[in-house]
Amino acid sequence: MTPMPGSASPTDAATPRPSEEVRRFARPVRWVHRTTAGLMLLCIATAACLYIPQLAELVGRRYLVVTVHEWAGLLLPVPVLLGLVSRALRADLGRLNRFAPYDIRWLRSALRRDGARREAAKFNAGQKVYAAWIAGATLVMLGTGLLMWFTHLTPLMWRTSATFVHDWLALTAGIVIAGHVGMALADPEARRGMRTGSVSRGWAEREHPRWKD
Amino acid sequence: MNAEQSDDPGETGGKPLGRRLVLSMLGLGAAGVVTAPYLQNGLESFLSAASGKDPTGLTGLLPNGGGFRYYSVASSVPHKSAADYRLTVDGLVDHPTAYTLDSLRALPQTRLVRDVQCVTGWRVPGTPFEGVQLSRLLDAAGVRPGARAIRFKCFDGTYSESLTLEQARRADVLVALRMQDKPVVHAHGGPVRLYVAPMYFYKSAKWLSGITVTSDVQRGYWEERGYDTDAWVGKSNGRGDAPTV
Repeated sequence: MTPMPGSASPTDAATPRPSEEVRRFARPVRWVHRTTAGLMLLCIATAACLYIPQLAELVGRRYLVVTVHEWAGLLLPVPVLLGLVSRALRADLGRLNRFAPYDIRWLRSALRRDGARREAAKFNAGQKVYAAWIAGATLVMLGTGLLMWFTHLTPLMWRTSATFVHDWLALTAGIVIAGHVGMALADPEARRGMRTGSVSRGWAEREHPRWKD
Repeated sequence: MNAEQSDDPGETGGKPLGRRLVLSMLGLGAAGVVTAPYLQNGLESFLSAASGKDPTGLTGLLPNGGGFRYYSVASSVPHKSAADYRLTVDGLVDHPTAYTLDSLRALPQTRLVRDVQCVTGWRVPGTPFEGVQLSRLLDAAGVRPGARAIRFKCFDGTYSESLTLEQARRADVLVALRMQDKPVVHAHGGPVRLYVAPMYFYKSAKWLSGITVTSDVQRGYWEERGYDTDAWVGKSNGRGDAPTV
């Protein structure tokens, strides 16, 4: 990706036209995203059936729903862990981890809503923050979930405290994930990138001008 | 292109803020577990005050936002009315009996106002229950020597509960016909539910249909799945809630 489209340089002759495709996500990355998303939705759906009175009344079967919820939660980190054998996934995780100065500017601009130009490499700063936040939140949900599941392994007070954190973080995570899904719904090309692995060069240059393969 | 932009750390340089954010979340989670008892007290008193003034009912959906939660272990629960509801009393008794809703209503009623405490954490303060003392039904049926426990059956087809005979004879154990000063609605286990005031609310079986006197305790649905059989509030299930009685 050339950072300045249209700038004269010796590579210009070889620069593909904006209508061409760019590979964005390798197959293992897409599968990790897909399976993680599926497990997360299962967690959310079962949680809703346990928690929202109207749904609980409709579905019942509390023991079955609890069991599905527990196992979906336990399996949630597994796709990422298995995916670590893929070089492409490790590379994307490395990119998500690193914040460059333009990422900091991106966040500042987003917080201030000042309309300043926001630059990004393969992932913008918002995506990086989301990835780290949801990863941390998932681990906290897993830890507190295990405390609630195996009640007799832990001291008396822990279960109530774990339930408290689990409930409130679930509510927060639900809102954050709704935001993630909302952003994806608003950008069909970004969704195509995750579905097929490719995006148009024009989209990549517009949304991720600093992305170099 | 200015100097800062050309100094592009790209995909490998930059600060590892992602990792720090993940670790911060873990730290916050641990801190949340440690401080939960204090946070929870504050939030609960705030939310129960707020839910009293909230016409939308949305605060009821917040964690510990006050009010009852609906739990059913069955896929669907039939509706029973005065016409087809029956409560049987059998097992080790001299006079097995089947009560209709009207015959239960005709018996002396006892009203109790206590907190309801669920083993999952929520608590509803000062909830009135009204109904027939279980000991009265047991006395009417004539418990035989050798009986030591009661098994409760429910018309949801799945749930069951148990009490020792001594627990069942307590004055604060009711076959409840009214809750919150209204007939018990279906969602709360109507038309008739058990109410065991001193114990966690899973002992107060909903949709009560059968009372069987047995020689030994046969553990109920949740007890088979790891919950305590003697479920005194604050002294079981690894919890330290304030007693409801």
